[in-house]
Amino acid sequence: MNILYFLVGCSVLMALIFLAAFFWAYKTGQNDDVHTPGIRMLFDDEVVAEKSEEDHFSS
Amino acid sequence: MEDQNKTATQAVCYHCGEDLPKVKYQVGDKDFCCAGCMAVFKILSENNLCNYYVYNNNPGRQFKNESHLEYLDEPKIIDQLLDYKHESSSIITFYIPAIHCSSCIWLLEHLYKINPAIFSSRIDFLKKQVTISFNHDEISLRQLVETLNQIGYEPLISLQDVVQEHSSSVDKALVLKIAVAGFLMGNVMLFSFPEYFGLSGFEKQFQSLFGWLNLTFAIPAAFYCGRDYFTSAITSLKHRHINLDTPLALIIAVLFLRTAFEILFSTGPGFADTLTGLVFLLLMGKWLKQRTYHHISFDRDYRSYFPIAVTTLQNGKEKPVSINEIKIGDRLWIRNGELVPADAILMKGEAWMDMSFVTGESGPVHKVLGEIIYAGGRQTSEAIELEVIKPVSQSYLTGLWNNDNYKNNNEKQNFNDTVAKYFSLGVFLIAFAATGYWLLQNDSHKAWSAFTAVIIVACPCVLALSTPFTLSAILSVFDKKGFYVKNTDAVEELAKCDTLIFDKTGTLTSNENAEIGFSGTISAEEKIIVGSLLRNSIHPLSRHILKALNVDRFYSLSDYKEVVGKGLTAKINNHSIYAGHLSMLPMEVKSARESGVHIVIDHVYKGCFDIKQQWRSGLAQLILKLSKLKLLVLSGDTDKDRGMLDTIFTPKTTIRFRQSPHQKLDAVLKLQQGGNKVMMLGDGLNDAGALKQSDFGIALTDNINNFTPGCDAILKGSALNFLPDFIRLSKDGLKIIKISFAIAIAYNCVGIYFAVQGTLYPLVAAVLMPISTVTIISFTTMATRWFARKNKLI
Repeated sequence: MNILYFLVGCSVLMALIFLAAFFWAYKTGQNDDVHTPGIRMLFDDEVVAEKSEEDHFSS
Repeated sequence: MEDQNKTATQAVCYHCGEDLPKVKYQVGDKDFCCAGCMAVFKILSENNLCNYYVYNNNPGRQFKNESHLEYLDEPKIIDQLLDYKHESSSIITFYIPAIHCSSCIWLLEHLYKINPAIFSSRIDFLKKQVTISFNHDEISLRQLVETLNQIGYEPLISLQDVVQEHSSSVDKALVLKIAVAGFLMGNVMLFSFPEYFGLSGFEKQFQSLFGWLNLTFAIPAAFYCGRDYFTSAITSLKHRHINLDTPLALIIAVLFLRTAFEILFSTGPGFADTLTGLVFLLLMGKWLKQRTYHHISFDRDYRSYFPIAVTTLQNGKEKPVSINEIKIGDRLWIRNGELVPADAILMKGEAWMDMSFVTGESGPVHKVLGEIIYAGGRQTSEAIELEVIKPVSQSYLTGLWNNDNYKNNNEKQNFNDTVAKYFSLGVFLIAFAATGYWLLQNDSHKAWSAFTAVIIVACPCVLALSTPFTLSAILSVFDKKGFYVKNTDAVEELAKCDTLIFDKTGTLTSNENAEIGFSGTISAEEKIIVGSLLRNSIHPLSRHILKALNVDRFYSLSDYKEVVGKGLTAKINNHSIYAGHLSMLPMEVKSARESGVHIVIDHVYKGCFDIKQQWRSGLAQLILKLSKLKLLVLSGDTDKDRGMLDTIFTPKTTIRFRQSPHQKLDAVLKLQQGGNKVMMLGDGLNDAGALKQSDFGIALTDNINNFTPGCDAILKGSALNFLPDFIRLSKDGLKIIKISFAIAIAYNCVGIYFAVQGTLYPLVAAVLMPISTVTIISFTTMATRWFARKNKLI
């Protein structure tokens, strides 16, 4: 059962790592804006040349 | 460049979605309502940015007038605005009210395509902010703002941007504390489980390990996460009164001490699980309380209404100067549509000031040379020269904000703090009684454990939780109906109000749905003539009337002359035509109305266009429902609408006209001194002082992105009719809090029954606390929904 000492240590260490990860994420502002990235990811990549031809303004 | 076409097929403008006028602008197969929208489309298509129109239909907003941006060339002002500057790159954040859909995000994040000197731009959608980094050697700040203006996204640069107060809605440290508390609670629960289930003989070796681990975790829980409770308790004791934090701090301290003793002397498992759980839940409640709408600003004052710079005349030359630097004696040059930032004397030119924000009067006021013009007025005619007599910070309008009356705002006592006093007293009585009893029995061990157990079990954490949970549930109900309340404390104030003051202009009447009315007679042919004349003016009134006329063709005209802010004249098809203010007309005309656009064709008076104030719908019913409250109407306008108001309000209602902002403020003060709790409903700057002084100030607006003065809540004009329901729900909210308090007392009685006997086992405490918390949270949420449904708000 002595393995428990090791396992308990591991579990606390893991939890500490996750806590540190949250601190880092929060302090670098990753939680500041949780709305815009959700919209941003839906934008398509730019379609090059031919396909966007119809959008061109011709005067 | 104005391609005009008379075919009317497509109904709305491709850019902004406005209804098309009969004469529209066309590019290719796309129709536009005005030259502005067309220009934006041209810029976007030239830069290959037409994806803008792919994500949403008609995403644009109609174009506004040009603004003067010379001040953005002043290095001093630039430095105040920039977030960051290094070698060749600068970063700036703008507030852009026009941001409203995903197309806006797409376009503003592709600014680099329009100008390569812009490195990147990033949007925060909810805050309507865009952060742009750019090369300031290649593009000046002024050019950058001009680029934004060109595509229809004019940033709002106000004095508030300079006097920056970076206050995020939720305290950042609090979120970190919650994270730590959650971490501690999870781990402590894990190490406490073996104890709950009982340890077999050979597992006993782990008991002290788990104990010591729990104690280690309890230290940061009490002293890092719970520190605010101790500091708050100490300050409140210093001021000789007890707030809710006092008993909470005591409980945290007792829980920690008892845990430490039991583990140090190996007498028991301690209460680390209760301690960490309690701290975590308390912090959650605090977070709910602090959370507010980050996308709406409640603390705007005159600074967000004032520009950051104004043009001054120095030795006959125009020079933009930052508003904070204006001194007495400076000469200001105020153009049409600009705002007078400081009290000043008119030195040159003719002033027609729109004082609606200051006094609530709807028509422009005529000022002659040598008259004092108060800050906050907007010039509506030609450019004028002014001499400053008072600096911005001491002028008439800003004086409203620096009023001493606001200082005593902190004394608002809420239900919690009142109850906390008696609660703490009761708990202490029971605790000492139990201790005394066991001491008399000569059982000092039991005396100590009874004392601590009573304090632990009688935790007022329910009080600390039920209020934020109930009130924030109410907030979200309000939110869905278009009533944005600043925070949970404000809801409590709302429930207590017994007096309601209305402003008239913009509150009982609506500015948004103003209709153009015409008094007089005008033929279809004459309409075309008037339309042809007005088409050439950019004055907002001209545009409004032109839209209302909706004529399908125009004549060409000659001898066009516009006196800015006063009127227009021209010759059309051999008719001479005048449109504008009475003094502009070629002959004396007697008219009942002074304001409005008067029309004279060939020296015959035809009549007058004016903007009719529209009363909001359902007013009579609203007033009937509110009849339990004491009602007042304070209007800054003249008493021309007295008749209408008398039909809506009961004879008991006090109705006063021509009220200055200071008189409104005094009226609120007088009512408060008479023991009334005052709710104020207003809109403009002229109500700002009264809104701030009142116990619950509501700013009414038709567009929540428009300017609203500092207040406790923002109400959408369309939701005004729900006001009685909002008030009733807030009262029900207080009822819910009281009921949940009774439930908590019931739980406490069970706990205290064990506690006074000195037999409270940690397991009982650990079970009792979460159960009571869960009951309270689910009760408050469900009860709030039930009451909201009863009040027809869901």
